[in-house]
Amino acid sequence: MRTIQFREALREAMNEEMRRDKSVFLMGEEVAEYNGAYKVSQGMLDEFGPERVIDTPIAELGFAGIGVGAAMNGLRPIVEFMTWNFAILAADQIINSAAKMLQMSGGQFNVPIVFRGGNGQAGQLAATHSQSFEAFYAHVPGLKVLTPSNPYDAKGLLKSAIRDNDPVVFLESEKMYGDKGEVPEGEYLIPIGKANIARKGDAITIVSFGKIMKVVLEAADELAKDGIQCEVIDLRTIRPFDVETVIESVKKTNRCVVVDESWPYASVSSEVAYRIQRDAFDYLDAPVLRATQTDTPFPFTPNLIEIAIPTVGGVVRLVKESLYLV
Amino acid sequence: MAQKTASKKLDFSKEVYLKWYKDILLMRRFEETCGNLYLQQKFGGFCHLYIGQEAIAAGFASAMHKGDKIITAYRDHAHPLALGMHPKYVMAELYGKSTGCSKGKGGSMHMFSKELNMMGGHGIVGAQIPMGAGIAFAEKYNGTKNVCLTFMGDGAVRQGALHETFNMAMLWKLPVVFIVENNNYAMGTSVARTTNVTDLSKLGLSYDMPGESVDGMSVEAVHNAIKKAADHAREGNGPYLLDIRTYRYKGHSMSDPQKYRSKDEVKEYKDKDPLSQVLNTILEQGWLKDADVQKIEADIKDMVEESVKFAEDSPMPDESELYTDIYSHDDYPYIMD
Repeated sequence: MRTIQFREALREAMNEEMRRDKSVFLMGEEVAEYNGAYKVSQGMLDEFGPERVIDTPIAELGFAGIGVGAAMNGLRPIVEFMTWNFAILAADQIINSAAKMLQMSGGQFNVPIVFRGGNGQAGQLAATHSQSFEAFYAHVPGLKVLTPSNPYDAKGLLKSAIRDNDPVVFLESEKMYGDKGEVPEGEYLIPIGKANIARKGDAITIVSFGKIMKVVLEAADELAKDGIQCEVIDLRTIRPFDVETVIESVKKTNRCVVVDESWPYASVSSEVAYRIQRDAFDYLDAPVLRATQTDTPFPFTPNLIEIAIPTVGGVVRLVKESLYLV
Repeated sequence: MAQKTASKKLDFSKEVYLKWYKDILLMRRFEETCGNLYLQQKFGGFCHLYIGQEAIAAGFASAMHKGDKIITAYRDHAHPLALGMHPKYVMAELYGKSTGCSKGKGGSMHMFSKELNMMGGHGIVGAQIPMGAGIAFAEKYNGTKNVCLTFMGDGAVRQGALHETFNMAMLWKLPVVFIVENNNYAMGTSVARTTNVTDLSKLGLSYDMPGESVDGMSVEAVHNAIKKAADHAREGNGPYLLDIRTYRYKGHSMSDPQKYRSKDEVKEYKDKDPLSQVLNTILEQGWLKDADVQKIEADIKDMVEESVKFAEDSPMPDESELYTDIYSHDDYPYIMD
């Protein structure tokens, strides 16, 4: 199978959907003439023209709101944020407008829109540019939240997101855009709300999602060398949460570690752990443990970054702790 | 008085005036009734009355084209009435009943009708400004000749969203008319206390957006201004800003003691009341006799009473409705512990 970059997978998804449906368009900062701040939209202006690939000024609240209005009136916008950190300025339109519209209009106005962009830390960018927003948006009924971890999922999930009739928050990463992975030539969709068992195993379940999946899979390889076979679940969708896949796995392995790149308090890891104790309490042989970013604004300097985020060594240690091996 | 106006040349027909009169009268009586019902605690939530501002709703309705879209803020009971919605659906919405125009899921601040192109009442101050531009964006994208009339209060113009939107709407020449229903008070704060540029028609000047101030107590002036601005936008010239100077006779909401303004100021505007102005013109022209006026008054009173009865007799939403209309599909796996 051919191998392409994460950014190319996203681009293919958008290109295919824009060819398929004239109501789909892309807007955001630097998406057109600059070919994308991270080159995700490279070449799209040439193919689709300035009516459908639209550079915006730096005005996240304004263009997010224009996207919501366009979606209320029959279009299917893809709104690119250079990063989700900047989208905090647009949170009013995502949370107050997009997420509530269908309900408050009594079912009359749905908002088929995709908000997408880079999420989470990407090296030495300091605290304001290094935040993970899964839990923020997963908190809000009315939204769907997707977190692809590899090019194959990125393409299939983004195509599903664009076709979805509700607002979707799509979380990528500057650190993933260059990642390569196998992506078939033909069209395929990955359903929203379905987790992926990325690795089969019976010793312990590791639940994770997004960019930190790379760390998890590496840790699982390490552990396999010691004969510990981890079952790794990539949630892929944060909202809705595929509870069944997680619970079924935990019932088999009796242990779980959650690896979450965001802060610990009121995070996705909190919800996963809650769900497991609620639905699989009698199956647990150890407490659910988790690795997260430290409960601090993200640091700038390299030695502090090293200790602020989950690492391969850290995940290995946590799994062994759950197995009472350390 | 009669002599002076007998020589006044009117730009609008008898039919238009009668429609304006009935529309404004309905809005007035509807809102008076809402105020009374609210004080009797017949329904809860917020209640922002439109009394005094009716010339704007009546004027946009006569000026707009079929296909044009409307979006506004939370003082939104009158806009659907102007678009022709039967008041019973607005009243039922205030009561939170399943027969309301938003199925009892929006309440006072969130009146919607897809059929009538009423894209909402919106509760967050200024949030409808970019949405209105986005609605217009879709019209342009689809190559229609429709425009979006985007209403806001004078308080909303202080939001950053307005400036971001003005800039993009001008850059992309979107077919949108921004209409400030300027009643001079953002809740209790007068325009003069929020800015050193009190002429709101100038707000778009740094984006080269044309703008003008309009007498909001005159339905003729409102109609003419909105028609001109909408035609400008419809012809591909981009947005237009209207600062329509109006007045609300009642408080910001039902819980407002109105200590920030004088009784004389309220009286000054009541002397220019849009309902009286329209009725005076009709009577001066001899289009209606006293008996006709009484008949119209009685019919509208009946319609409002019928609306109250409809709302009170309507069922509350079924409990299952808590989990509907949140996502477009019915099988969303809500967390239910």
